[in-house]
Amino acid sequence: MFESLQKKLSGVFKNLSGKGKLTEKNIKDAVREVKLALLEADVHYKVVKEFVEKVKEEALGEKVLESLTPDQEFIRIVRDSLIEIMGGNKNNKINISKNPAFIMLTGLQGSGKTTTAAKLANKYKKKGRNPLLVAADTYRPAAIDQLIQLGQDIGVPVFSGDKKDAVKITEDSKKYAQRNLHDIVIIDTAGRLHIDEIMMKELEEIKNILEPEEILMVVDAMVGQDAVNSAKEFNDKLDLTGFIITKLDGDSRGGVIISIQYITNKPVKLVGVGEKIDDLEEFYPERYVGRILGMGDVLSFIEKV
Amino acid sequence: MSVLDKFMKGLTKTRKTLFHNIKTIFSGRTLDEDTLEELEEILIMSDMGVDVVEKILEELKDKYHNKITDQEDPLLILRDIMVSHLSTSPLILDTSNAPLVVLLVGVNGSGKTTTAAKLAKIYMNYGKDVVLAAADTFRAAAIEQLKEWGNRLNATVIAHQKGSDPAAVVFDAISHAKAKSKDVIIIDTAGRLHTKSNLMDELKKIKRVVQREIEGAPQEILLVLDGTTGQNGIIQAKAFKEAIDITGVAITKLDGTAKGGIAFAINHELNIPIKLVGLGEKEDDLQIFDPVKYCNALLGIEE
Ligand SMILES: Nc1nc2c(ncn2[C@@H]2O[C@H](COP(=O)(O)OP(=O)(O)OP(=O)(O)O)[C@@H](O)[C@H]2O)c(=O)[nH]1
Ligand SMILES: Nc1nc2c(ncn2[C@@H]2O[C@H](COP(=O)(O)OP(=O)(O)OP(=O)(O)O)[C@@H](O)[C@H]2O)c(=O)[nH]1
Ligand SMILES: [Mg+2]
Ligand SMILES: [Mg+2]
Repeated sequence: MFESLQKKLSGVFKNLSGKGKLTEKNIKDAVREVKLALLEADVHYKVVKEFVEKVKEEALGEKVLESLTPDQEFIRIVRDSLIEIMGGNKNNKINISKNPAFIMLTGLQGSGKTTTAAKLANKYKKKGRNPLLVAADTYRPAAIDQLIQLGQDIGVPVFSGDKKDAVKITEDSKKYAQRNLHDIVIIDTAGRLHIDEIMMKELEEIKNILEPEEILMVVDAMVGQDAVNSAKEFNDKLDLTGFIITKLDGDSRGGVIISIQYITNKPVKLVGVGEKIDDLEEFYPERYVGRILGMGDVLSFIEKV
Repeated sequence: MSVLDKFMKGLTKTRKTLFHNIKTIFSGRTLDEDTLEELEEILIMSDMGVDVVEKILEELKDKYHNKITDQEDPLLILRDIMVSHLSTSPLILDTSNAPLVVLLVGVNGSGKTTTAAKLAKIYMNYGKDVVLAAADTFRAAAIEQLKEWGNRLNATVIAHQKGSDPAAVVFDAISHAKAKSKDVIIIDTAGRLHTKSNLMDELKKIKRVVQREIEGAPQEILLVLDGTTGQNGIIQAKAFKEAIDITGVAITKLDGTAKGGIAFAINHELNIPIKLVGLGEKEDDLQIFDPVKYCNALLGIEE
């Protein structure tokens, strides 16, 4: 499983490279390999289907057919098209222009919201800012304790108000932040299912109170096909400003990154690469294309050609 | 709402499309490429993985073309094929060689701590005396989380300080269970990615301590798998199996819209039985896995 796409593709093109003549059948086989690779990477089925159609069209253009190294030309098309889905190779920053700037973290259960909230706060503290963490998860056992402990570790205060009503906590946190001159306020919310209407409503209320500059959905990199359903629902309800993908320190291909950006057209802004407080990185689409296709070194390889 | 109702509700959307498509397939009397592809799409979107889906569809085609299907409801044929690709084995309840030790493992955030609590409830419902061991000494407030569950359930939680050796916690829990004649020890461990060898070694150490202290234990080593997990789930299961030889899978979060299809693949490729299904965040939201019920819910077959 998870053999590199490049290897498979060179198999498909093997007898042909150098001779220059490619048939429609070869392209079809190559497109099939791409399709399987993307499905293995957990890119959503419908996204894969539309994507490979596009790749096929382009590949049937003269460039590949006449190329001396059709496999590489083919991979280049795949790579460029994937990067295009991700809105080009630009890195999308978190917006914190207001004072205080509110950043709201949302997502399904266990995706990494609380950990990421602390990581973010730490990042801003290190930059000399004065962040505040807000514990608005009143449901999960010890969720508030978790954030308080993380806040202590990094020396960032945690506001938890009455510890009972998430909407009230966020409302009160606004005044608290202003009074204590916090310039960045990061709100940790409870994990919830996108089909849970009452819980989704709670997020909308929090949003209306805070008018946050950033509403980010925290998504586990290991998720499968259902990710587009939850991402779409969160985006429809909250008009997200972007995503944070966690647990990319494992060996999952993270196909969810392609799917959710394709479906919602919202960028991935940061990625989590571990459980430690510093394990938060910026996201560069190009670097992830190799991962999704299972070809770590393919990019530098293509650059050389 | 009953657990099955919840499950059905979560799966309604697939059910509708799948049901519709299967009807089309069988009313047209031809299992052509297009309809097969539609079926493939639905099954792949449940995270079953291309390999398993292809096998299931091959079997369906076979049965269809050989007209084994004539008398039967085609939906039931597909259901039976799917069921035949799933195996389960009962959760061990026998505590005559007490204490029974259940070790919960899995990647970060999959639902181990919650499942530990729910499982404690199941055993308590059978009249067993349960001890919870807080062997996640790493994550912030993991100990408090389990203690809170212990309070709610009125079950003893054995815990040390944050950052202490998890194997030592387990050792203490065993001593406690022996001294107080407890029936079941449920061990909650820290989430770990299967790729981190030092953390996998820590699990092996926990298992060794249990083996040394109680003959034949741990009787259950359950991989707690997030039901939304994609194809990486197979690699996870393989790694945990190789490291500590898991006895079964608990799939969580099936109250959402995910279908938990990766459990099919894990079951199929690694031959690890699926034992439990998590259907919510409350203490009663854990069910013994039933393949027929699960596939019925997936396909919208009313019981
Ligand atoms: N390996 C790894 N683990 C992570 C990462 N981010 C978070 N985690 C772990 O994932 C688990 C869940 O993280 P939490 O921050 O508690 O997740 P959450 O979304 O707040 O969970 P709920 O509040 O229960 O919905 C914890 O064990 C974290 O340590 C990451 O980038 N890599
Ligand atoms: N909807 C739903 N949520 C669940 C289920 N099981 C667990 N959860 C939630 O998932 C989140 C993570 O659960 P935990 O039990 O803390 O997961 P864990 O594996 O112990 O996490 P770490 O210890 O951080 O690795 C919590 O918010 C739970 O309430 C389930 O079956 N359905
Ligand atoms: Mg949390
Ligand atoms: Mg836990």
